[in-house]
Amino acid sequence: MIQEVVGIGGMGSVYRARDLHFPNVVKLVAVKEMVNLAPDPQVRKTVIKNFEREANILATLTHPSIPNIFDYFSSDDRAYLVLEYINGQDLEAVVREADGFLSSAQVVAWGIELCDVLSFLHNHEPDKIIFRDMKPSNVMLDSRAHIMLVDFGIAKQFQTGQKGTMIGTEGYSPPEQYRGEATHLADIYALGATLHHLFTRRDPRLEPPFSFEERPISQSNDEVSPEIQAVIARALAYEPKDRYRDIDEMKDALVAAARQTGLLTRLPSSRSTPTFQADGIKPLWKFKCEDEIRGTPALFDNTVFVGCYDNNLYALDAAEGDFKWKYPTDGGVVSTPAIVDGNIFFGSEDKRLHVVNARSGKIVWAYYAEGPVRSSPRIAEGHAFIGSDDGVLHAINSVTGRAVWSTPTSSAIRSTPFVANDLIYVGSESGEFYCVDFKGKIKWQFKAKRGITSSPLVTENAVYFTSVDGHLYALDPKSGWVLWKFKLGKGSISSPAILDNLIYTGAADGFVYAIDLKSSKEVWRFRTEHQVAGSPVIYKDALYCTSIDSHLYCLDAKGGQLRWKYATEGPITGSPLVYDDIVYIGSTDHQIYALLA
Amino acid sequence: MFESIKKIFQKEEEKEEVVEVEAVRETETVPLSPQQVEEIITHQAMKYDVQQLIAASGQSVGKKRELNEDSLSVITATLSGNAGNIPFGLYIVADGMGGHQYGEVASDTAMRTFNGYIMRKFYPYLFDLPTTPLDESLQDIMLEGVMLAQEAIQRDAPGSGTTLTAALVLGERVTVAHVGDSRAYSIYPDGRFDLISRDHSLVGRLEELGQITAEEAAVHPQKNVLYRALGQGEVLEPDVFTTSFPKKGMLMLCSDGLWGVLSDRKMHRTIKDTDTLEHACQKLVNAANAAGGPDNISVVLIKLIQ
Repeated sequence: MIQEVVGIGGMGSVYRARDLHFPNVVKLVAVKEMVNLAPDPQVRKTVIKNFEREANILATLTHPSIPNIFDYFSSDDRAYLVLEYINGQDLEAVVREADGFLSSAQVVAWGIELCDVLSFLHNHEPDKIIFRDMKPSNVMLDSRAHIMLVDFGIAKQFQTGQKGTMIGTEGYSPPEQYRGEATHLADIYALGATLHHLFTRRDPRLEPPFSFEERPISQSNDEVSPEIQAVIARALAYEPKDRYRDIDEMKDALVAAARQTGLLTRLPSSRSTPTFQADGIKPLWKFKCEDEIRGTPALFDNTVFVGCYDNNLYALDAAEGDFKWKYPTDGGVVSTPAIVDGNIFFGSEDKRLHVVNARSGKIVWAYYAEGPVRSSPRIAEGHAFIGSDDGVLHAINSVTGRAVWSTPTSSAIRSTPFVANDLIYVGSESGEFYCVDFKGKIKWQFKAKRGITSSPLVTENAVYFTSVDGHLYALDPKSGWVLWKFKLGKGSISSPAILDNLIYTGAADGFVYAIDLKSSKEVWRFRTEHQVAGSPVIYKDALYCTSIDSHLYCLDAKGGQLRWKYATEGPITGSPLVYDDIVYIGSTDHQIYALLA
Repeated sequence: MFESIKKIFQKEEEKEEVVEVEAVRETETVPLSPQQVEEIITHQAMKYDVQQLIAASGQSVGKKRELNEDSLSVITATLSGNAGNIPFGLYIVADGMGGHQYGEVASDTAMRTFNGYIMRKFYPYLFDLPTTPLDESLQDIMLEGVMLAQEAIQRDAPGSGTTLTAALVLGERVTVAHVGDSRAYSIYPDGRFDLISRDHSLVGRLEELGQITAEEAAVHPQKNVLYRALGQGEVLEPDVFTTSFPKKGMLMLCSDGLWGVLSDRKMHRTIKDTDTLEHACQKLVNAANAAGGPDNISVVLIKLIQ
């Protein structure tokens, strides 16, 4: 009695059924239906014959990880296999629905069980059995959390091999399988691919074939030990001869690697938390202000300029950290100073844009806005462009300090304007994004779902910025059309940075993301322990970023691996400044640090 | 019609505005005579960049096949947005899969479904649909179009498959959706002939991995085996990416009936020094047929004039 369809595969369907031979108990079985597609009656007969022969073999197999076969029968165009019903989920669903990475210990435990069952098949007498279709969706997790291998190669008989059509289960199969060779070494490769998928959560069917080497596990999941990774990498060797000679050798290697990293002694549920040894990074110097530093420093003429919540702008000697002068305003200074022609331009919560001489620390001029100035100034073509909480984009003559024009917007502007191709780009707190020409006329505008505090980055190809609505946007710089948007885990106020073909940004979910500029696909992500409010900075081949977790991180820009991190004594909301192999960073612990890059 | 009227109207508006600014500046010194104003108008109008897209296509069944299983589509228009009218183009090449029945049904279904979806998004009034601002990104729209084409093939022509290479041009930006082994090229006036799509073919992959050389790939017996195609497989991950229109250059889409028989250099030589895009397409098709024409040939050439 058929109760429901539980799955539909390429060749037919699987039903859940009740076996009526046992009327007094509810015995559930799975009935697998395979449709015979061969057009030639002679071929069809051969297919059926092969099916029956294989079903006979399978029916004799007894192994805890192989479902029992109760019966099989065939009609003219269909064949049926009646087998043990497994009440559970397949590993593809498990990895898809998991909330984060599966624990290494759990995946290794499954890997060892899979080695066992493959070993049983490969050592079967008189003929060894090649599974040929190892992949997460063919591994069921039963109610006791043990694995069951389902969907045997038996179904293969029913696949018509057309030329010019698609090839097998792409993604998991080794290169030689496409030449029609399927040996036990193919199963080893496919097991490697399966474990790779479980560790990285990246489905190999969505990646180019045989690309595992280019996508090491550590790129996605840095909690997997190098020993385990080495085992998977060897199973995935392109040349069959470079893989493990047999599945038992692979199992031994997996067990040894698990022992080395202590995985076998741990409970499967325990997550390995990355531990980092503070390897004694000492700052070149540090300097203490009287309140939190929330902004980003700037550098000019061997002097570091940084704003502080104690209302002052500080000028410090870049080499030694010695105090040179400070300039008091009447409000907190949270922005990044801009420096042009020996003058420092910076906004303050006292509603003013201050311009101060870099050497003397004496005022040149000040411009009054109607609200606190948390946006940073951008100087271009003899003008200073700056936003304010008064909701106006101000254009000011950078020499005289006189207003040239002001363009009202829908809300406070805390984003820093970007100037490119004679156009000014800026975001607002209500989510509007503006492109304004040099006369102050709005050329186009765009609306995000929530505020845009992030400062735009404009290239020849696109305008990039993030929003508190949780997206990184790429807009056409001339028309404002959304070319792509990338979904971040949470909102972001971080401003993106670019190196080669990658764009980087932080988000409130604590991650730093690296995204391909053209395809908008994630290349890597790095987890910090708290929100990332500051913007990533690229210097040479390194990426520097900060986190509310109080650390400054240095990562490999290409692969996202941690090079080092440095703990300050308070959350960091600003961005680092890197110049001449030195990183400068301000922290809410009131201090500014200089470290060797 | 409406579009063109609107366009003319809009240009008129902009002209006036510029004149005003010029006039204001000039009046600070000497008042202008009406002739001078007229001159400025003409002068200013000449300076405007009116970007124009032009495109042409060529097709042939080839010398060996009886049926044409390729489909192609060329749509060129302008699109009004909040930054004025910009060129809009949607170009598609789809190659129905040889070993399958109804390869031509698959390529046609893919093209129709994809075109229909994209055009509804950008020109809803042509379909009597309300005009609502787009919420999705261009890449999202292209991706959705591919997914709908995939569903349509699985529904209407089950078992068949097709490649799909589609380019959406908006202003100077090109967003490409691509599955299979038809190709998109950026052709630059300095002689660069860049393949911007990636073949989803087994042989192409082996070549990428350095397992075989380009020469070996060209004669490989499994040349036509794809690892990704529309209508095939449980999961589909099309390549979708955005790039800039080659400056003063051209964009080319073609099926393997063209690139499979002519080298990049040969293709480039063939279209160099042709006077029109139509002529260039015809020459490419003729060259592929002259080289044996083993497969259906489809090509689209697109130029952005500014």
